[in-house]
Amino acid sequence: MSLQDTKPLIGRVQEVGGLVSLSDYESGGGYAAAKKALTQMTPTEVIDLVREANLRGRGGAGFPTGVKWGFAKGEPQTPGYKYLVCNGDEMEPGTFKDRYLIEFNPHSLIEGMILGSYAIGAEKAYVFLRGEYHEPNRQLVRAIGEAREKNYLGKSIFGSDFNLDLRIHLSGGRYICGEETALLNALEGKRGQPRYKPPFPPASGAWGRPTIVNNVETLCNVPAIVRNGAQWYQDLGLTEDSGTKIYGISGRVKQPGLWELPMGTPIRELVDVHAGGMQKGYKLRGILPGGASTDYLVEEHFDLPMDYKTIQEAGSRMGTGTMILMDDSICPVDMARNLQHFFAQESCGFCTPCREGLPWVEDLLADIENGKGEPGDLELLEQNAQYIGAPGNTFCLHATGAIEPLQSALKYFREDFEHHIEHKNCPYRAY
Amino acid sequence: MATIHIDGTAYEAKAGENLLEAILSHHLDLPYFCWHPSMGSIGACRQCAIITYADETDTRGRLGMACMTSVTDGMRISVQAPLAKNFRSTVIEWLMENHPHDCPVCEEGGECHLQDMTVMTGHSMRRYRGTKRTWQNQNLGPFIGHEMNRCITCYRCVRFYDEYAGGSDLAAFGSRGRMYFGRFEDGALESEFAGNLVEVCPTGVFTDKPFAQSYSRKWDLQSAPSVCVGCAVGCNVFPAERYGELKRITNRYHGEVNGYFLCDRGRFGSHFVNHEKRIRHAGVRTRDGEYEFGDMKNAIKVASTALSKGAIGIGSPRASFENNFALRELVGAENFCAGIYDTELEIVNTALDVMSKKGIVVPTLKQVEEADAILVLGEDIANTSSRLALSVRQAVRTKSFAMATDANIPTWQDAGVRGHAQSEKSALFIATPAATRLDGIATQTASGSISELVSIGSAICRRIEKATPNSDDFAELVADSLRSARAPLIVTGSSLESVELVQAAANICRALQDQNQTSSFLFVPAEVNTIGVALLGGRMSLSSALQKMSEGHSAIVLENDLYFRAPATSVDQALESNNVVVLDTLENRTVEQASVVLPAATYAEQTGSFVNYESRAQRFYQVFQPRDEISPAWTWLSRLAEAFGTESSWDSYASVLEQCAERTFSQLKNIAPSSDYRIDTTSRIPRQTHRYSGRTAMNAQVNIHEPKAKVDPDTPFSYSMEGQNPGDQNGATIPYVWSPGWNSNQSVFKFQQEVAGELVGGDPGLRLIEPNGAPLEYFDLGTSEVSRKDGVFEVIPLHFVFGSDEMSNKSWPIQARAPAPFVLLCEQDADALEVKAKMGVRIDGESESVEIRIDTRLPSGVVGIPRGLVEFPPNGTGRVQLSVDPDFVARSSGDAEVIAKG
Repeated sequence: MSLQDTKPLIGRVQEVGGLVSLSDYESGGGYAAAKKALTQMTPTEVIDLVREANLRGRGGAGFPTGVKWGFAKGEPQTPGYKYLVCNGDEMEPGTFKDRYLIEFNPHSLIEGMILGSYAIGAEKAYVFLRGEYHEPNRQLVRAIGEAREKNYLGKSIFGSDFNLDLRIHLSGGRYICGEETALLNALEGKRGQPRYKPPFPPASGAWGRPTIVNNVETLCNVPAIVRNGAQWYQDLGLTEDSGTKIYGISGRVKQPGLWELPMGTPIRELVDVHAGGMQKGYKLRGILPGGASTDYLVEEHFDLPMDYKTIQEAGSRMGTGTMILMDDSICPVDMARNLQHFFAQESCGFCTPCREGLPWVEDLLADIENGKGEPGDLELLEQNAQYIGAPGNTFCLHATGAIEPLQSALKYFREDFEHHIEHKNCPYRAY
Repeated sequence: MATIHIDGTAYEAKAGENLLEAILSHHLDLPYFCWHPSMGSIGACRQCAIITYADETDTRGRLGMACMTSVTDGMRISVQAPLAKNFRSTVIEWLMENHPHDCPVCEEGGECHLQDMTVMTGHSMRRYRGTKRTWQNQNLGPFIGHEMNRCITCYRCVRFYDEYAGGSDLAAFGSRGRMYFGRFEDGALESEFAGNLVEVCPTGVFTDKPFAQSYSRKWDLQSAPSVCVGCAVGCNVFPAERYGELKRITNRYHGEVNGYFLCDRGRFGSHFVNHEKRIRHAGVRTRDGEYEFGDMKNAIKVASTALSKGAIGIGSPRASFENNFALRELVGAENFCAGIYDTELEIVNTALDVMSKKGIVVPTLKQVEEADAILVLGEDIANTSSRLALSVRQAVRTKSFAMATDANIPTWQDAGVRGHAQSEKSALFIATPAATRLDGIATQTASGSISELVSIGSAICRRIEKATPNSDDFAELVADSLRSARAPLIVTGSSLESVELVQAAANICRALQDQNQTSSFLFVPAEVNTIGVALLGGRMSLSSALQKMSEGHSAIVLENDLYFRAPATSVDQALESNNVVVLDTLENRTVEQASVVLPAATYAEQTGSFVNYESRAQRFYQVFQPRDEISPAWTWLSRLAEAFGTESSWDSYASVLEQCAERTFSQLKNIAPSSDYRIDTTSRIPRQTHRYSGRTAMNAQVNIHEPKAKVDPDTPFSYSMEGQNPGDQNGATIPYVWSPGWNSNQSVFKFQQEVAGELVGGDPGLRLIEPNGAPLEYFDLGTSEVSRKDGVFEVIPLHFVFGSDEMSNKSWPIQARAPAPFVLLCEQDADALEVKAKMGVRIDGESESVEIRIDTRLPSGVVGIPRGLVEFPPNGTGRVQLSVDPDFVARSSGDAEVIAKG
């Protein structure tokens, strides 16, 4: 039994002990899935297979990939009219899973993109890559070159009549460009501001054409699904969500990092077993389960399995599945301030609540943290949080995501905020 | 139609339109910033929040933005729900974090949409404790002031300037709470529509710079409905006055003509009214050539003796229809000359003839915006009639709206429509001698000398009649496009001074008629009342009038600098006689040589009518009473008539109009209500706002008693704040827009039947020509061979938006923006002359040399000479010789390029 049978994403990386070269990838069964799809399957069959496997978007929203692909299927069939875009603009604080995948297993992304493009009928595909990802970029450039040489990319791939031109677009570096429509604007050379939906990208995306945007990890799952079938993929998950997930942990644990584990692995197992537990002297108080823009989970939630549905029911979101841990040495007020500083700074500046509301929230948190909080500030924070955060109040979901950790911090760590205001100091600071 | 329930009351709305428009169309209040009736919705400001309910049982509802919500039948919404109200006031609170509290010193104060919306939402207490951000402002040239600290980041400026008006030098910079709207560096805004930023900006970021130099609050301005005199489009404007000075021009909404926007010639070109060289008194030239002022009666006496019966009357395309009419009555039709040069008159009469033919459609600007295939033959409309060019810019978007509709994207969802359509445009073909500012959005352009352009027109005509298979030349593309369009349009004009060009355009219309295709013909005349004066049918040509004057005939010249019309030598000879009476507003070369000068009122100081390119006659009203002896031209003509003892004399504007309508076009009486029109049967319409201040103090240095308001016998307006401006009166009688709670120009929706629709009291003006004449016949166009000789160039008259118009050239902001004199050459001819751009040439050996500019499209053998900037070659042959001036130093001027550098 090969590691790849249980770890379709990074099993091969572990088998070869690092970067999976083209020959490593091929000898592990790489590009067989693409060959099979292009020569033996119709695009519809590929979409149906992915839908059946219940692959859900790994960028954070968890939207079923096969369903998304299906949206672009019926559009005009002019060759090359549609686009597949891989969202590799991984800027969520605490998240580094896509970086690992591209850096160590670039051919799995390329194969995933061949399959995705074939399925939706795109002949041009882009990897929108975070600008700071120098090493992943280097590996991907090299891998794309190799794939072109082997005619895995280019004209008449595997002798079929399918062509694919795959390009990398390096991001100029804004968090909001990870939002799929802002990403498309940036790809077109416009300001990185989100677009209003509808039209959704599958109807009118890059350059006004039907476009599917998928996360790196999502696409990397596809070759194994095509190779091993939907049922195999469904069986990998521990709960009703299929497949594996790259979980990650940052914070004061003994072994921070990321692991490919079955979907639905419990939080406590992730922390205590895979990350080796908390460092000596630190106690875990809360986690942001899927990156900075998700609600806190606390002690009562730590036995829950990490899957889309369970975490949502617990009041948060699985997001990217890479967690930030807050231990008892960290001031929740200061952490909230830090997070709001990030989100205010990364606002694109388009709509009022986000552009003007988040800096006010940040200022209020800074005042509270610095002992200048005033009675009424928490109500002011809550009012701002309510009006900024409710979906639909802002143009896109950036501010909604920004407010999630704040609202849950006010809920779970309220006494900390009150203490700051009442005593006009931060008890976590060494005086 | 759909029924929507707003706070429990049912209203009619159009299914699919956006909810904000539906709400405003019912004249209900809902605050907004980023939405603009002409630019659609983008959902940026989040100000127009409302609650939508799923159904009757839904009591909780969902907060959303009205501007981004489509109207559906039976939908239930609330504007007044506490959550919506609180959210809207919070949005203002956010915007106010950084907005300076400088209203008392801000030019926008008192007509600020942000002020209005702040008051409307009820936000009044500052809770934000942080500091405000501070920006460095830019010098954006002579027209526009810049104060970025006031910005609330609604994105309207860049959306108008870049996306709507096609500008490229204003942009949104930065991100998050640090958005900056400006140029990449200081310098004059290049677009000729920059002035609209003043009205598009909901607060005081972009302000009217000339106005700021002699500032008044909106509520202290006296204004009346008027018509722009900058070109023949006939945009409706509000000129505004205080202390006898014209302070500014703002847009007066007209649903079919100018909509919400003006060009900068119109907005900043009226300061000639305040010019120091205004003629203020009647004067007589004595034997030593000096003028004697001060004795008006004597001037009339001298004038009437100078004028024998049978004097020639030279009218003017910049004088009102009524003033021209009064002159025609005084001198008789056989002695009346329209005051435009022979060729131009022939062109205009040809165009008028075409416009009267059966089946010809003359589109309004609103209809231009719906055209899906346009051919511009000869006319550089971006310079001769800029507002039309702005409409053509919208017309090329017709295709994107169709694409959006196919993709189920609402046409008001601006970013969605633009993103989906990308660079797809409807067909626009431009055939002009030189490059134009519309070339960038054209499907294809063609260049040529004037006769070559005529040939292109004829070729298009032939291809419409019979397609040439497998051909893809310009003519074939145009013909194919026009033939298959839903709404094709042919645009031409008089600026190239070629009758054949207009005939070629008419032939294309004729060919389209044969294909059972719509035949839309838009002729661009030169000036505000060119059509009007031509319709008066003067029987004497200008050249024969000048000839007769040089033979000693006496003449009355009405508001016309003849040097602007005819070769200088012939005007010199004509004015040598001592029997020339000139009525005009400003000193000019003709005035300098008159035997008697009578001070005429400008358009702002009198009431009258202008006839625009469509033949739409529109009334403009006196904004303020002129000082000194300045008086409307018809009053002087009336005095002369009395002195002559002729029957025609008029004691009021109404009497001129009465007779004018009787003897020319009866519609003239119906284009606006008569002077006895009253609101609620009793009220006049006030020229002053109800907050007009300092009325009792304005003359305090003379007399502390408040003077009695002057009575206006000519119009339904009062010279005071008394009266009513309710909004539902006749559309021609709106002196300013204001509505309770809406102090800014945004209040205009309260005057409209629906947002961006017709005015409640009707869009003003009536056409004098209807297409009910004989069928259009083909014009026979011969082919003319052009012989070329080295160093001799065919002259192409160019027009420049700032600098080619007689009166706006005397407005100081326009002067500051006009380029230095130049001629246009093609690269090849410049090489042959061994010259480059920025070097100088002499035209026909004149002592003043002018700068050379190289044009990418100009054909060889021609030279483009801009009217108004360079004096026209006096030889009258249409050909000039050019010689290099090695000592030429390029002159610094107000040109955008120069300002940007310096």
